[in-house]
Amino acid sequence: MFIGKYIKDIWAGIRSLLVGMKRTLYYFTHHKEIITQQYPDNRDTLELPERFKGEVVMPHNENNEHRCTGCQACELACPNGTIKVIFKNELNAEGKKKKAIDKLVYHLELCTMCNLCIEACPSDAIKMAQTFEHSVFDRNQLTKVLNKPGSKIMDGVE
Amino acid sequence: MWSFAHIANELHNWLSNQFNPTWTLIIEMVIAGVAVIGLFAMLGLILVIMERKVSAWMQIRLGPNRVGPKGMLQSLADTLKLLVKEGLTPDGADKLLFNVAPFIAMIVAMLLLAPIAFASNFQLWDLNIGVLYVSAVSSLMVISILMAGWSSNNKYSLMGAMRSGAQIVSYELSAGLSVLAVVVMSGSLQVSDIIESQRNGWWIFKGHIPLIIAFITFIIAVTAETNRAPFDLAEAESELTAGFHTEYSGMKFALFFLAEYVNVFIVCSIGATLFLGGWMPFHIGNWTGFNHAMDYIPSSIWFFGKTFFLIFVIMWFRWTFPRLRIDQLLNLEWKYLLPISMINLLVVTAMAILGWHF
Repeated sequence: MFIGKYIKDIWAGIRSLLVGMKRTLYYFTHHKEIITQQYPDNRDTLELPERFKGEVVMPHNENNEHRCTGCQACELACPNGTIKVIFKNELNAEGKKKKAIDKLVYHLELCTMCNLCIEACPSDAIKMAQTFEHSVFDRNQLTKVLNKPGSKIMDGVE
Repeated sequence: MWSFAHIANELHNWLSNQFNPTWTLIIEMVIAGVAVIGLFAMLGLILVIMERKVSAWMQIRLGPNRVGPKGMLQSLADTLKLLVKEGLTPDGADKLLFNVAPFIAMIVAMLLLAPIAFASNFQLWDLNIGVLYVSAVSSLMVISILMAGWSSNNKYSLMGAMRSGAQIVSYELSAGLSVLAVVVMSGSLQVSDIIESQRNGWWIFKGHIPLIIAFITFIIAVTAETNRAPFDLAEAESELTAGFHTEYSGMKFALFFLAEYVNVFIVCSIGATLFLGGWMPFHIGNWTGFNHAMDYIPSSIWFFGKTFFLIFVIMWFRWTFPRLRIDQLLNLEWKYLLPISMINLLVVTAMAILGWHF
């Protein structure tokens, strides 16, 4: 029936428009929904989303131990050579030589915050931090060593 | 006591005592002209900040909040910036048409203010074909847009102007037909008569469903006629940079911008006059107490309140709906709005003849 379809079309159109208008009216009247952050003003109380990607860091526990085994998965996963793993040889308890990281060098100036290294890491040694005020006057300061000096690998992480 | 009509009468009497009739008329015209320009400037400032705040809140943003208290002086600052900017005329442009187009847009907007009743007995020119005059003059707007688009010598401007022409010409029809519904009901084209016929109830309440349909088609058609989203194909910024005013800068651009907002105000005030009773207060049947309380609110506040409510509705459309494609736009007019408003007009005529309204 042509007329029936015509009227049904109009009704469906009006209904979907009204649904949209209801949503915008809700936002218009509920100012608590506003998501704008007035950044430099609210620097102290700034709350970033959980998955915000600021820079790559390596968390250490209170004994200055990290979880990085030096497997290079992050270095291989990085699309633009941001991460370099430098090794040293360590003697383990049985007196055998064991591969361990000396430095995990991270070039912040090359990083695109793509999160591929974090996904590639098999032992959850690195993660994204929420810091984002990275500007410096000297480019060398952007080349960071992620493991703290004197740190060791955590027991039980292979 | 301090109504607009009272002030106008006092002024007229005082001027008549001081000067002869000719000079009185000339001075009154100058005063009216200055008042209209002042109203335009105020409307520009208020509507721009209103649009920016409404859009911000609807998009979960804060909007301008730095200049003045809560950002309310932002549009003033923008106007100052536009005033001191250079008004460039492109080399390849048709100089005369290019420079005249923004003024035509403003003149059309000014002409449209003439028959609008801002308060009881306060009207610039109560001519007996007021509604016809409005619909005739408002279609002159397209001339300034076509002039601007053609003379800019720019493909974006020309495309924007052509789209705008197609759009205004087709939407004029359903706007006219929905206005006719009210004219049929009230039996007069004179604005003051139409308002007077709504003393016992606004047409949108008195006219049952057919006038509500007419009101909806009117609002859709005037949104299209003023080239506002979702019908803003003429300036579609994602496709045509800025459409017909791509090449304009400085104050000439500001005049186009102002003319757009003034046109929105005018079509909303016409909608308020025809369907929502103009300056008539809101009355409910026999509730004398309530009706008396409503009468205490000045008529100018009723008029501006209704107009700004309609402006808010049009802004609400703009920030909710996506832009239509040109074929969808013409489909909507020719396949839906026009047949509906034609049948609606027939129903309204039958109602008026048989007296099926309050």
